[in-house]
Amino acid sequence: MSTAVNPPAVFTQDELDWVSWIDPLPEAELTERHFAGLVDRARAKSEYFRLLVRDPEVLEARTRTDKDIFYNVADGLPRAERELAAAATSRYNGCIYCASVHARFASTYSKRRDDVQRLLDKGVGTDLGERWNAIVKASVALAATPIAFGPDNVEELRRAGLDDAEIVDVINGASFFNWANRLMLSLGEPSK
Amino acid sequence: MNTEDIIDTLAGIEPGSALDAIRAHRLQARENAQKSYLSLFEPIDASEFSLAERAAVAAFVTGLHGESPVASFYREKLAATTDGAALVEAILVEIERGRTSGPYGAFPAGPLSIENKAGLIYRVSAERKPELGARLVAAFEHAHLLVFRPRDAASADMKALLAAGWSTTGIVTLSQLVAFLSFQLRVVSGLRTLAAANA
Repeated sequence: MSTAVNPPAVFTQDELDWVSWIDPLPEAELTERHFAGLVDRARAKSEYFRLLVRDPEVLEARTRTDKDIFYNVADGLPRAERELAAAATSRYNGCIYCASVHARFASTYSKRRDDVQRLLDKGVGTDLGERWNAIVKASVALAATPIAFGPDNVEELRRAGLDDAEIVDVINGASFFNWANRLMLSLGEPSK
Repeated sequence: MNTEDIIDTLAGIEPGSALDAIRAHRLQARENAQKSYLSLFEPIDASEFSLAERAAVAAFVTGLHGESPVASFYREKLAATTDGAALVEAILVEIERGRTSGPYGAFPAGPLSIENKAGLIYRVSAERKPELGARLVAAFEHAHLLVFRPRDAASADMKALLAAGWSTTGIVTLSQLVAFLSFQLRVVSGLRTLAAANA
């Protein structure tokens, strides 16, 4: 499989492919248990999801966790800033694939494509203005091991105008990407 | 089946509290974080990754993040398994040997190389290998990679797990377990920090 891979060497908002290092299930072998795990049947076309569906129960629960944290925008943090937390976490952990997807979403929803690109080019220390800086800094503190998120991060998020429900969305979004990054980085690699 | 919400329990969130009300606005996320926990620790099928192995990897991973209610929860879970109880002491020693600060590692060669950061490449100590066995030795070394330097992961790491007796499906569940704990630890830590800031 690795012969066809053309790995990107920089962070980008371009659409990338992702190639698995171990065998996904063949589409023809998927059963109803697997389709339940995929949640969206169209995901049977994706190599990543056909690999994760080897454990359908955890994939299903993880997908539903993901969807609620990022798409349930009836209240709480705007979608753009949840995506910013995801992109910043991915930039810091070094997941070029996840960063590409969520930087793209952050750009689409915020209309701040150049700022998002600067985060990718310069890294998590770049200046994006008070509110985005606070979200990026909190995401990075959560991604560090040992976890470095502390009262200063909460205070900074509040000073930037976030209420507790929005801070919980930052915590959820950034924490979730510590899950996603480790799957995408360890089971395969991105390809241009 | 355990019905109490594990994140609420570990974060100390009381029913009727402000954070309980906030979490209720992400009910699908809350319920499915719980289902993720149950599918990893009370699975339908544990044939590719035993319950004692799951508890051992969880105790190791959460311990590497430093002492916390989450780490003691998984250590107790390990102590409660028939095959795992004898491993608790050995795992505590390995946690001490493996503890460091992350993320570190190398980026693909190119403009990002200036951000490369060297750090501990953890290997299980020779004296504890017989006690842990080949499967857990490989799992711990892989888990350490995922915790501290996920960007260093390579196809060779998959081969090492396969060579130690892990099936492809077992590798998927092992990866999910380590990655899920990375999430759970952070949600619990974040919520505890927020609750303390409000106290």
